[in-house]
Amino acid sequence: MKYDFSRKKKRDAVLDLLLIAVVLGICGFLEANKYNYSYAISIIERSMIYAVVAVSMNLVNGFTGLFSLGQAGFMALGAYVTAILTIPVSQRPSVYYISGINPLIANLSAPITLALILGGLVAAACAALIGIPVLRLKSDYLAIATLGFAEIIRALIAAPMMDTITNGSYGLKSIPGFSSIFQVLILTVVSIGLMVLLINSSYGRMFKAVREDEIAAEAMGINLFHTKELSFVISSFFAGISGGMLAMFMRSIDSKTFQVSLTYDILLIVVIGGIGSVTGSVLGAFVVTAGRELLRFFDEPLTVAGVSIPLFRPGFRMVIFSILLMVVVLFYSRGLMGTNEFSWDGIFGFFRRKRKAVKAEGR
Amino acid sequence: MNEVKENVLKMENVVMQFGGVTAIDGLSLEVNRGEIVALIGPNGAGKTTAFNCITGIYQPTSGVVSFKGENLKGKSPDCITRLGIARTFQNIRLFSNLTVFDNVLIAKHLRAHDNVFTATLRLNLKEEDRMRRETEKLLREQDLYELKDEIASSLPYGLQRRLEIARALATSPELLLLDEPAAGMNPQETQELTDFIVKIRDQYHLTVFMIEHHMDLVMQISERIYVLNFGKLIAQGSSEEIQNNPEVIEAYLGGSEDA
Amino acid sequence: MSLTTFLQQCLTGISLGGAYALIAIGYTMVYGILRLINFAHGDIFMMAGYFMIFAMASMPWFIAVPFVLLVTTVLGVGIERVAYKPLRSAPRMSVMISAIGVSYLLQNLATYLFTALPMAYPEIPGLKKIFKIGGLSASFVTFFTPVLTIVLVYLLITLIHHTKMGMAMRAVSKDYETAALMGIDINRTISFTFAIGSLLAAIGSILYFTDRMTVFPFSGSLPGLKCFVAAVFGGIGSIPGAVVGGFVLGMGETALVAAGYSTFSDAFTFVVLIIILLVRPTGLFGEKTTNKV
Repeated sequence: MKYDFSRKKKRDAVLDLLLIAVVLGICGFLEANKYNYSYAISIIERSMIYAVVAVSMNLVNGFTGLFSLGQAGFMALGAYVTAILTIPVSQRPSVYYISGINPLIANLSAPITLALILGGLVAAACAALIGIPVLRLKSDYLAIATLGFAEIIRALIAAPMMDTITNGSYGLKSIPGFSSIFQVLILTVVSIGLMVLLINSSYGRMFKAVREDEIAAEAMGINLFHTKELSFVISSFFAGISGGMLAMFMRSIDSKTFQVSLTYDILLIVVIGGIGSVTGSVLGAFVVTAGRELLRFFDEPLTVAGVSIPLFRPGFRMVIFSILLMVVVLFYSRGLMGTNEFSWDGIFGFFRRKRKAVKAEGR
Repeated sequence: MNEVKENVLKMENVVMQFGGVTAIDGLSLEVNRGEIVALIGPNGAGKTTAFNCITGIYQPTSGVVSFKGENLKGKSPDCITRLGIARTFQNIRLFSNLTVFDNVLIAKHLRAHDNVFTATLRLNLKEEDRMRRETEKLLREQDLYELKDEIASSLPYGLQRRLEIARALATSPELLLLDEPAAGMNPQETQELTDFIVKIRDQYHLTVFMIEHHMDLVMQISERIYVLNFGKLIAQGSSEEIQNNPEVIEAYLGGSEDA
Repeated sequence: MSLTTFLQQCLTGISLGGAYALIAIGYTMVYGILRLINFAHGDIFMMAGYFMIFAMASMPWFIAVPFVLLVTTVLGVGIERVAYKPLRSAPRMSVMISAIGVSYLLQNLATYLFTALPMAYPEIPGLKKIFKIGGLSASFVTFFTPVLTIVLVYLLITLIHHTKMGMAMRAVSKDYETAALMGIDINRTISFTFAIGSLLAAIGSILYFTDRMTVFPFSGSLPGLKCFVAAVFGGIGSIPGAVVGGFVLGMGETALVAAGYSTFSDAFTFVVLIIILLVRPTGLFGEKTTNKV
């Protein structure tokens, strides 16, 4: 038994290394041929950014059991802070040509990593303030209140008084992009890695205790408010980081980028991946982002044997997508991963079961 | 033998009202160190409400609850647990989707010295290690170690009760409140539980205050008994005194049929 | 600001509030029974707008209006059957996610079928006729909305308090399982609740869009959220509360626009929400609940 165990461990280590090598290999290949594969690169980068925010949403919703819908607002904060700090000073006059730039920020700039972290911190600080009133609310009230706060943040960003900082409804342009896909990869891996470490730490256990039973958690000496606030603030920090990454990815942002529908998109990723599974959220981010692109042919007119099929026109893709989503919600409510995490045992077990099932059918 | 009684829990004239309903009406009682004291009474007498007032889930409308001389007024449930009062619930409240081990381990965190940064970056290995060792020790003592990787909700009912008690013990309490620990148990299980309560009292130097309907259990091990009916204390004393108290008999036989 | 302008704005606010009130009732009734924020409710309202456009294109208005009311009601009940009923015993988060999913589907469906461009809302003869009282001028619909709202609410309250179905609805909202044990057909009662909610949303949509003149796929999402806030403001589960909430929000929003803060008119709703949740989480007319341990 013991021998078997260590062999398994060795096998897993080898497979882990292999997986890392494959990922790095793919990224390296894409990076080397980035002009031929710009479409694929953009899908992968967007997936990674969504993976970060999906995991952060899962941290509050899946692991702490708080139904928060404020993700888009915190992403907006992170995105604007990052954008304001990284737009090259020389280009600022042309970005703010309509209402001018506030002298306070005219010469303020920071390197990308620092800007992202500051963006995350601003989002976290804002979450800490918002959390004081709203985290005392019960499930659906919390959902609607966080949604409301996200909308207020968006309204403030678009407000005329903020024009010299956020450039109002014109949005911010000329945001420097990523230097390579590896930069996105590193940011994503570090962010998700930190969240995984947190979830598996003693604090992560407390989050789960609160999710399971608030009254029992309190009786075990867990301060409900502090624990919820901690989870909410940390989640918002990473939402802010991913917002900053999104700003760098898109190169130009405005307050419309961060509408409620963005939060819904992230929620759908979390649901499809499985509420309470980090690897599920990552997988969900890739499946949803890539799926949306792959379904693009539904939007193109389709002609079969000279007859054009009337269903295929712009918008059909999103309909199919939403129907798929409802099917997942109604019939596979556990999503791709349920609350399980990825493991090699799980993969092998899955295929073994498949093979058995095939054999059993063949008989 | 030292006969000085040290007061652990004291309720003085506690009143608890919900809107117009008075659930507890002027309850005063004392529990001394090392005692096993029972709170009995017909259904709806306000026993669980009394527990909720002690553990901070409800704030009493008036009156004082004190633990080792410290007034518990305005303290939150987690604070009260930290002071050394642990409890179980009438309808078991485990962290149902977590393992037996994690259920107990979570309770251990109460006395840990770490923060979210050290915990995330694994700089608290010593603390984490200590919590795990203590959890392991406690589970072995409670004969739950073989089940440590089981999901809590998959355990049979009796073991879930045991786990809930183990989890309460993990907070290193001085006073343990048990809310109907023998509910749903057959006579043999009840007998085992009776011995178990005495055993943990001695082993962990506890004071036990419990709500219970099984009179065999109550009469066997309680040093003193308080009887509550319609929110009012109607009797107190040793088991013989209570058994012969006409008011108590009246409350049980006259008031409700399910005692 | 002159008195005339002030009264003019008040009138606009009351009219908007009336439409909000009708939609808010749908939220409050569904929440009262299922404890679910029906995120799709605003989109049902939007779909009612599109139904009206197509109905008016092919039939006279007195047939089109009942037809639209009927179709919208069927849509609302259908959504409940397909998306919420299978999840009766599922955790609350799943049902809420399902509601968001339906909302997403309706918006995408509308974009696909009717394109994302705003479409002109047809005129029902007489509704847009301009009336003048003293210095005030407003279209008929502006006067008609609050009156109709009050009448409908009166009818609804009568229904809830004096009919068997109303009694069933009240019982289900108090305690779902006990109501079932008492022989109440839960599913029928819930369907009926959705039918009434959708019907009122359809009426609200006619009044609202006649004023706004265009419909687009997202025109239901923000009014939807606002009306939910109105329901929370009045105390969720309380119909008079939803009406008061609707009027308060409608008038507050109009006042902000009139004062030149139109950017904040949407955020205003959420500020109201947060204040009410902090000061009086059960809303104006809500009942206090204690959670049992």
